[in-house]
This record gives sequence, structure tokens and C-alpha cells, in this order.
Amino acid sequence: MASQLAIHRLNKFLSEKEDLDEVAAAKIDKLIAELQTPGDHFDPVQTIVNGFMDFKIHKFDKYPCLFDKLALGQSPKFLVFACSDSRVSPSIILNFKPGEAFMVRNIANLVPTFSQLRYSGTGAIIEYAVTQLKVENILVIGHSKCGGIQRLMEHPEDGSVPFDFIDDWVKIAQDAKDKVKAEGGGHEACAREAVNVSLENLLTYPYVHKEVSERKIALRGGYYDFVNGVFELWEKHESHISPPMIIPPPQLKM
Amino acid sequence: MAILPPTSSSLSKDSSYSFSLHIQSSTIFGSKLKSGEFQQTRFRLFSNSNSYPGLTIKASRESLGLTQELKSNKLERVVETEDGSDLFEDMKHRFLSFKKHKYLENLEHYQNLAKGQAPKFLVIGCADSRVCPSTILGFQPGEAFMVRNIANLVPPFESGPSETNAALEFSVNSLEVKNILVVGHSCCGGIRALMSMNDEIDKSSFIQSWVVNGKDARLWTKAAASKLSFDQQCKHCEKESVNRSLLNLLTYPWIEEKVKKGILSVHGGYYDFVDCTFEKWTLDYKEDNLKEKNGRISVKSHILWS
Repeated sequence: MASQLAIHRLNKFLSEKEDLDEVAAAKIDKLIAELQTPGDHFDPVQTIVNGFMDFKIHKFDKYPCLFDKLALGQSPKFLVFACSDSRVSPSIILNFKPGEAFMVRNIANLVPTFSQLRYSGTGAIIEYAVTQLKVENILVIGHSKCGGIQRLMEHPEDGSVPFDFIDDWVKIAQDAKDKVKAEGGGHEACAREAVNVSLENLLTYPYVHKEVSERKIALRGGYYDFVNGVFELWEKHESHISPPMIIPPPQLKM
Repeated sequence: MAILPPTSSSLSKDSSYSFSLHIQSSTIFGSKLKSGEFQQTRFRLFSNSNSYPGLTIKASRESLGLTQELKSNKLERVVETEDGSDLFEDMKHRFLSFKKHKYLENLEHYQNLAKGQAPKFLVIGCADSRVCPSTILGFQPGEAFMVRNIANLVPPFESGPSETNAALEFSVNSLEVKNILVVGHSCCGGIRALMSMNDEIDKSSFIQSWVVNGKDARLWTKAAASKLSFDQQCKHCEKESVNRSLLNLLTYPWIEEKVKKGILSVHGGYYDFVDCTFEKWTLDYKEDNLKEKNGRISVKSHILWS
């Protein structure tokens, strides 16, 4: 508790003292980090406390205009589908700030085809984002080393026991698996192709199709390669897919 | 691949927020830390009483302004579908900034993460753009497996395969997370839709077909909070639906088994972005919780930070 209070007071001091010199600020940052180090014992509650207080002091309290406005309502420009994987939060890798992106996280960032009989969770998100929030962009982001894609590619050929729910879910990208296997590709090719399958599936939702054909919504695919620190971005048009923008470009060393 | 020329962007190169809004010099309220009280708290779900021990009930200061935001935005929609250069130049700069300031500065950590993830949390949050758990609770890469859906709902086991339970299965059985945290929030459009709908679902509405997973929370709220305003009822329902989701988690046999053995903890949370407070509580698992599924949920370690 004492260290918690100390962390809070040090953070407050840092945020209030704008003229603090860099050396002093760095020393205080280091002290805060040491106080926050959990040691050998992981405390989930302490993790949440630290996280929320950090957000409150450094963001919420610092930008009252923004957060007052957001309290009244949201008008995000993006609907983002990203994987549940702990390593690929779009808020971190693409720095989406509060209010910018309505965000879905599910296994392998999949979008099932329109069906009134199942997957109402996804349907509800698309319905709300497109018809109520009127987003202008839908972005589906795949990533490297995806466990869901791995399962899709390896089962049932590996003879493993089926899961209750996972196998049914990842079958959404079956077309991606079939295409990639026919071409002799591997998991990473399947992860990229699954993004395209999801983008195609988005067009089976009548309101999405309408908005896209009226050029009110843009559909884009992304691929985050966290092995090499590269992000690819491309656009799905009705008749074709644009070549990907590679960030950073291959010739630029970072 | 041609390198696109840089365009003027208000995004700064570092990862701090930069806005062109006028920033007030005073904060809304002092950052008081009000925590550290651990108490056994028992909630009666079908109580007629309007008092809730351990919870500070605050009605939201402003009415939901969802519709007024939408009306003004209708006039301003400009979509760059030809090449999307403005919006996607922004995205390019953001990724490069992430790479420079986070990825490369912690390269060894990211290289380890690339080999595999071992998150300690499964977090189930709402898709609402204002409540990303990475932002409000500071989860760093590798820390939390995340599910985001409308109104952070967990359907029960018997509802069959869904997006949410595929993620439950993977995180609990494959990744073996030690904690599940369900986070609700203020001004939730999904909960509002749940509270506004008729008893009979309009089957052509996906939203209704999904939020009906929270119907028990709605029933309880209508019974227990009928004297309150609609906005206040929605707030109660937002919190109650978190508790219902915690109970629904226990309908999954492989979750209940781990909770029983003490190797998996189940927590509820509520983020109020009007007042900037966060409440957190932990499910106090007792064998008889299942017998009284329509009755009580026993919690412990209930904390409010404000």
C-alpha cells in the first residue's frame, strides 16, 4: 500500500512539474519503475491498480476536454477487427486513442459470412458500427504466429482431439487454408489470406455492401509481423485488392 | 514499392497524445486514491432494497449524447476511398513511431514474445472505442489475451459455439491464463439497447439477438431498480451484466474446474468514464453458488478507485 501511494504521488509530481530537468525526471521515472516491480510474486490486482492509476494521471486527467467530449458519445472513424492475441493490440501498435476505433478482438480476427442463424456477436458489431456509429473505415488486421491460423492449418490432419468451440470458429477461414495449401504456402500466407477472406465476408452484410458501393466505407486489410517489426496495409476494392504498403519500406533500415 | 511522401500530420513522433484542443490547466478532480479495503461483500440479486453495500452509486452527469453526436457527424463524412492517403499516412507514422519507441527499445522482450505468449489475463471488454483495456488498464504486449464484443457479454456454455467461447477455450485450455477479467463500462450502447428492447426479440436485428445474452441482468434491473430513471437503470444493468457474465463463465466445465482448484480467478470490473473511476471485484467461489444460480453472487476484494 505504501509503495502504491508513493507511486501515485510521484506520478502526480511528475505531471505537475513541467519545468523539471531531464536528469531529475529520469531518476524519478526509474524510482517509480522500481516501486512497481512486482518481484517474484505476480499480483493481478496490483497490476490492474497500477495500470488504471497510470492511465488516470497521465491521460484522463491531462486531457479533460477530450474525455468530457467522449463521455457524451463516440464517433469513431474505424471499425477494427484484430486477434485476441496478447501481443497485437491495435491501441499499442497503431496508437489508437480513446474514441478512434470501435474494436473487435476474436480468435484469428475472423469475420464470418452474414447469417441470421449464428454468430450474432459479429453481426451485432457490424450492424452497430455501420448503421449507428457510421464508421468510415473497416480494418481487419492479421498477424504472424497466430494460434488460430495454426490450428486451422494443422487440424484435423494432425489427428488431434477436436476442441469444443475453436475448430468450429476457425473453419470460417477454410477457403484461405484450401487456397494456400494448393499453392504450397504456410501459416503466414494463410494468415494474410484469411484477412482477405474476412474482407470478402464483410461484403455479404447488406449494409456494408451498400456503404462500400456508395464509397462511404473503405475496406482495408493489415498484417502485423512481430517477428520482423513490419506492418503491411492494403485496400480491398470491389474488383481488386491493392498491392500492400510495407511499413517500414524494405530499403529503409530502422 | 514507392515511398509515399510525408503529409502534414498533427501526430507527433513520440507516443504521447497530441491534440489541437484547448487544454484546461486544472483537472476535473483530484486524483484521490481510495482503495485498500478488502471486505467480504454479498450481493443479493433479487433484493427489493435499493442500497448496495460497498458500491457508490452515481448517476451519470450527462444524458447519453449518442444521437446528437451522430447527427453532426452525418454532415462531415469525407471518405478517402481513392487512396486514403491522409488517414493511412497517419497510420504509417503511428506504426513507425511504435516500432522506434517501443519495439526497438525493447527488442529482446519483443523477440521473446515472438516465440510465444504466456499472458496471465483473459480480458473480456466492450468494443466501444473509449474503453480499450490496453489503454485504461495499461496492459502491455504479452500480458492480456483479449476479447472485445458488444457489451462485454459472455454467453453461457449451452448457447453453443460462438466467437466469445472459442476465445475462452483457447485462453483457458491452451494458454492456461490464471485470471479472467470481465470489464463493463458507463454509457454502454449495447446495454442501453438491451434495456430498450421489447420482451420479444426482433429477429432481423443482430444487436438484439446478441444483447439478449444479458437478459437476466435486464430482468433483475427492472425488478430491483424500477424506481430509478432509465439512465440510472442502464447503469445498474451495466454492472449487473458483468456479474451475470461471471456466472456464465462458470457454466463452462473446464472453467469451473479450474476455479474450484484455485488455479483460475474470475474478476469483474467497471470503468466509469464520466467520473473516471474503476471498480474491481473478485468472484468468491463457493460450491453452493451453482445451487443458487438465480440468486446470489458472492464477491470479495471489492475496490473502487477514484
